[in-house]
Amino acid sequence: MNPAGKTSRRLPDWLTAQRSVRVSAAILGAITLAAILGPVLSPHDYLTTDFDELTRPPSLGDGHVFGTDDLGRDLFVRTMLGIRVTLMVAVVASLVSLVIGVSYGAVAGYVGGRTDAIMMRLVDALYAMPFIFFVILLMALFDRSLFLIFVAIGAVKWLDMARIVRGQTLSIKNREFVQAARLTGVPTTRVILRHIAPNLLGVVVVYVTLTIPQAILVESFLSFLGLGIQEPQTSLGTLVDAGVPHAESAVWLLLIPATLLAVILLCFNFLGDGLKDALDARRRR
Amino acid sequence: MSLLEIENLSIRYGAEAVVAGLSLTVEQGESVGLIGESGSGKTQTALAVLGLLPGAARLGGSIRIDGKEVIGASEAELNRLRAERVAIVFQDPLQALNPYRRIGSQLRQVLIAHDIAHAAAADEQVLEMLARVGLPDPKRQARAFPHQLSGGMRQRVLIASALLTSPDLLIADEPTTSLDVTVQAQILELLEDLRDETALLLITHDLGIVAGTCERLAVLDAGRLVESGPTRRVFAAPESGRMARLIAVAPRLDRGDTLPPVTGDPVFAVRDAEVAYRERDGGRLLNAVCGVSFDVRRGETLAIVGESGSGKSSLVRAALGLAPLASGRLAFRGEPLPGSLRDRSLSTRRELQLVFQDPVASLNPQMPVAAIVDEPLSLHRPELGVAERRETVAAMLDRVGLGGEYHRRYPQELSGGQAQRVAMARALITEPSVLVCDEAVSALDGRVRRQILSLLKDIQRETGLATVFIAHDLAVVRGIAHRVLVVYLGRHVELASAANLFDKPQHPYSRALIDAVPVPDPVAGGAGTPLPGEPPSILDPPSGCAFEPRCRFAHARCAKEAPFVRQVRGARVACHRADELDLSLRAP
Repeated sequence: MNPAGKTSRRLPDWLTAQRSVRVSAAILGAITLAAILGPVLSPHDYLTTDFDELTRPPSLGDGHVFGTDDLGRDLFVRTMLGIRVTLMVAVVASLVSLVIGVSYGAVAGYVGGRTDAIMMRLVDALYAMPFIFFVILLMALFDRSLFLIFVAIGAVKWLDMARIVRGQTLSIKNREFVQAARLTGVPTTRVILRHIAPNLLGVVVVYVTLTIPQAILVESFLSFLGLGIQEPQTSLGTLVDAGVPHAESAVWLLLIPATLLAVILLCFNFLGDGLKDALDARRRR
Repeated sequence: MSLLEIENLSIRYGAEAVVAGLSLTVEQGESVGLIGESGSGKTQTALAVLGLLPGAARLGGSIRIDGKEVIGASEAELNRLRAERVAIVFQDPLQALNPYRRIGSQLRQVLIAHDIAHAAAADEQVLEMLARVGLPDPKRQARAFPHQLSGGMRQRVLIASALLTSPDLLIADEPTTSLDVTVQAQILELLEDLRDETALLLITHDLGIVAGTCERLAVLDAGRLVESGPTRRVFAAPESGRMARLIAVAPRLDRGDTLPPVTGDPVFAVRDAEVAYRERDGGRLLNAVCGVSFDVRRGETLAIVGESGSGKSSLVRAALGLAPLASGRLAFRGEPLPGSLRDRSLSTRRELQLVFQDPVASLNPQMPVAAIVDEPLSLHRPELGVAERRETVAAMLDRVGLGGEYHRRYPQELSGGQAQRVAMARALITEPSVLVCDEAVSALDGRVRRQILSLLKDIQRETGLATVFIAHDLAVVRGIAHRVLVVYLGRHVELASAANLFDKPQHPYSRALIDAVPVPDPVAGGAGTPLPGEPPSILDPPSGCAFEPRCRFAHARCAKEAPFVRQVRGARVACHRADELDLSLRAP
């Protein structure tokens, strides 16, 4: 074996110990797969309007498994595209918050002292900004785009991550194995990379899985307000928004995207909670 | 009918039996010791008596208190039993007390919940009980929160809380294990005082404690009773091999060889070290260490001994460069050594290594054993190839007694003793000349502790390693130290060869530390002599000699003038009266 070892090899063992984690991960995997392959395999596309097929209810016979919307577009393909966008927004936004939050928090925690105080007061100040107001401002000033939504959500969600990572770093940097490494002369960057970062990983993984559903909700909320993804592009939030006027005449237009949104949110929440429990259990051991 | 009758008790968790076929009785007013190393089922037995085991535990046999069966009793019956007949004192008093409630109100709650006293009378009864267990100034202490009390005081509060219900049987589960030796003797004395009121079941791994306190003993090994009988008989003529071995290896302060002094130039020297901490929010500067000097020679073990809070850890951490040194000089092989780690060259960092108290906390939980030991090696011997490093690491792990099957394990998968071996391997792989062990065996069990100590001795013999060994317990130090430095409140008390210190201590505090250690022999020694009072706080150091408030021999001068360290009869002592006092333990 390689004496240098791999630092994160053990992670999956405890990460997948909980049943809620395995089941949610499986469902999310299936949904993601469908979202990727569905539009490719379907005979329809998301743009073509078919005036003979306006607001058709779901049926297996004619290939419109989820029916069509009021413009005659295939709802299955549109929903799958919506899931793609929603998941992408969520994951990218969470990654943005992960990168900014972890580096910011780790630096503040490890350097400590005055630097830490200034950095964390800045975070406090940003917390005080009204988020929705900030997003609406951004949308009004610039062209609405997917990119802007990533930035807007990530820019807010990193604050929590920075706080959590800073707290963890503070406690880890005084742990004895870090002292032992410093004593023997391990350089600072290697101390951070080999001794501090891997021990942050558990908490960060858990927190990211809990940030994703928050980002999904924010995106859906923005789209619902008409501030998010623009037609003919779509997201689950936009689809729900479009479905609301038809709630009485064509209920599937609301029900299908709303149900999928709920399932995705629940799965991410279960995943996050399950991972959190697994992490706590490992700590207690 | 006996007060407590345990008959053929078995406790199982699934397929694993933690206690099997245990029979034990405690008579009214009797004191019985239950002995065993950790994992022998002592605590499980205690919890079973109180009906406190988790639901997963499967119980067999019978536990009767005054003839009433405990196993299978309803929660209401158990509550009445715990209220009226049996009480328990746990090992860690901080965890057994509610941190958010004042001491007085917690004890009051006991009285009111058990309908023993009404609101009006409760306060008075609480204060009476706190005075009874020797809490100074009970009125003030009753208003304190648990964290504001010292460990010894917290244990007194816990005992008070147990006694409030006037139990017939008090179970004390390792009541002194987390305490300093001097305070341990105080608590044992208190338990002895309570004997008129209640029977005692004392659970411990320490033979010294039971030798002086208990009339009868029961010895547990891996869940089985291997021996029981009157204390004197068990010690004089143990029937089981297990007990005989326990007696033979129990650390004893009153006999055994001490190591002769080692000559030679010091490898590592610390002169007039001062360590200070700033109080929170830029408050006062607190002196944790005030002008302590020591050195250690090749092949020598210097023990630094003192109660908790005596500054011994601060001292060595500053000497190693892990904490700032307020003033003082360091020297390695005669050359001045910078105080800050950053200013030290990689080659000197290699030479000074540290082993911590908590073996698991000192290993990175995300790295396998081989990688942990490899890290310093790859840093200090970059010329080695991967294969050579792997070989060196394997040889080192083998040397500390860990074979190939451990290389891929993670620290959480090791026992305390194994983890401490890994920590030693990591420290020794760079072939240092100085190894500092900061309470390195304090968290370990008797048997594992002996293994680690003998390993340390072997390595020292082979490599000429200079060792600084920090301990709070003198009994551990005898037999491994060549010289001993006693510190108190960050001040030098006495530095002497082991032979001198253990036979002819020159400072009253050294003598008090020796006296406080219980001797595992009911005839020759027994429970230790308590040193009254508590160590002062560095927040409020006494003027004059730091030990003066607790010293039996203090003069008017001691309260005013701090003593200088001077040479008295072969020892370096900081005591005004060292010349006139004779504190020898044996006739010369």
